[in-house]
Amino acid sequence: MTGWTIAFGGIAKREFLRFTHQRERFLAALVRPLVWLFIFAAGFRSVLGVSIVPPYKTYVLYDVYVTPGLCGMILLFAGMQSSLSMVYDRETGAMRSLLVSPYPRWFLLGAKLTAAVLVAVVQVYAFLLIAWFWDVRPPVIGYLTVLPALVLAGLMLGALGLLISSGIRQLENFAGVMNFVIFPMFFASSALYPLWRMQESSTLLHDISAANPFTYAVELIRFALYGQFNALAAGLTAVCLIVFFAATVFMYDPAKGLWRGIKGGV
Amino acid sequence: MTPHVPDIAAALDIAAVSHRFGTKLALDNVSLTVPKAAFCALLGVNGAGKTTLFSLITRLYDSTSGRISVAGFDARRQPSKALARLGVVFQSRALDGDLSLRQNLTYHAALHGISARTAKPRIAEVLALVDLEQATDNRVSTLSGGQQRRAEIARALLHRPELLLLDEATAGLDVRARADVLALVRRLIAQEGVSTLWATHIFEELEPADHIVVLHQGRVLADTSASDLAGAGTLSDGFMALTGSPV
Repeated sequence: MTGWTIAFGGIAKREFLRFTHQRERFLAALVRPLVWLFIFAAGFRSVLGVSIVPPYKTYVLYDVYVTPGLCGMILLFAGMQSSLSMVYDRETGAMRSLLVSPYPRWFLLGAKLTAAVLVAVVQVYAFLLIAWFWDVRPPVIGYLTVLPALVLAGLMLGALGLLISSGIRQLENFAGVMNFVIFPMFFASSALYPLWRMQESSTLLHDISAANPFTYAVELIRFALYGQFNALAAGLTAVCLIVFFAATVFMYDPAKGLWRGIKGGV
Repeated sequence: MTPHVPDIAAALDIAAVSHRFGTKLALDNVSLTVPKAAFCALLGVNGAGKTTLFSLITRLYDSTSGRISVAGFDARRQPSKALARLGVVFQSRALDGDLSLRQNLTYHAALHGISARTAKPRIAEVLALVDLEQATDNRVSTLSGGQQRRAEIARALLHRPELLLLDEATAGLDVRARADVLALVRRLIAQEGVSTLWATHIFEELEPADHIVVLHQGRVLADTSASDLAGAGTLSDGFMALTGSPV
């Protein structure tokens, strides 16, 4: 193994160790989408049927439609939680020990991002397993084909979280940003309703949702869960990932970022 | 003050470094050298610029003027090589309280590209050095303040650095724990040959023969020995005479 893979392995192992030490975090990550699936989706099942739209080949129940969006919700919350821990680490000073590693900052940030996504993907599979007992049963191959989609979507959402964390200096400020980022991203997307249905009620909401990167992350997951590839969603998710991650690396650069010349910036 | 003569063979050579936070000049033309296998104390009151200087050496901030060289490597041009030769103990805790000491040290070894297998005997070695072998599998949060500082030093030593930076490493410790940590660092210099830059504002931590750099309001006011700074009086008197302010 090279030093790079050892460093990545160390960062990933720490993320998993922290995750296993915080069982309530795992429960919270699961309970949130399950509440939506068991209560919200069950309630709306009778009023919100979804007609035949790709990737579905038949009419689907609302529970089935909303499941990929809830997978996205897990990734979205995990991404923001990971960046929350970055803000916490910055406040306590623990992040300094990561940033004084001899490896370049882009690598350290990328390794932390990837490790956090791998943990989040485990949570998504746990959710999909429970959803299976709730009669949300995509084809078996879908459980395999969804993996790269989850990783790509998770990386994009995690990179967005890192980018947000780079501009925040105190945990108290982060809570406000969560409200301005997570909820708008989730609700103004195709996670809960198809875009065509939104257009019927509000063109503005449709346009906002169509411009929301989370919509494409959800659609990528939705198609992949049924063994299909949505090139537009994959392309836009990848582009957003590159943009968010490049901006994050810039922001964490001691010579260029937002906090250059500001005491306590890192 | 005599003009600074760059010494790239030194463990640390800082030449004419300045740094601003907005309009405030935090460091003004700072120069100092820490020779190999030597102890150097960076003495200054809170706000003197000690932590800022450490942040520049460790590349947490980017220096815009001057040059910092660690074991002969320019911190700006060759940051990876410079950082690989640095062990840092920050004022704030860097270890994860939820994880065991072993898990923490294995993680920090990985951050320097050292595999868990290679790190295992080294972890035992550094924990023996800091007298924490019995606490290897204890959660860091269960260790006392003094033990945690020693554990931080063990972390900083894992990758066999040539230069150890300690920023107020005894902050928050009682007199006995402070003396233990300092004795440990002095022993490490003798046993491991690691050079040390020790930032402090506590005079009692220094011995007459110690090399001292007095940093005040971002400027180096003296680069001398503790006995020379003290003169006929105490170190505190010498410091007050030089800076005009008590610690």
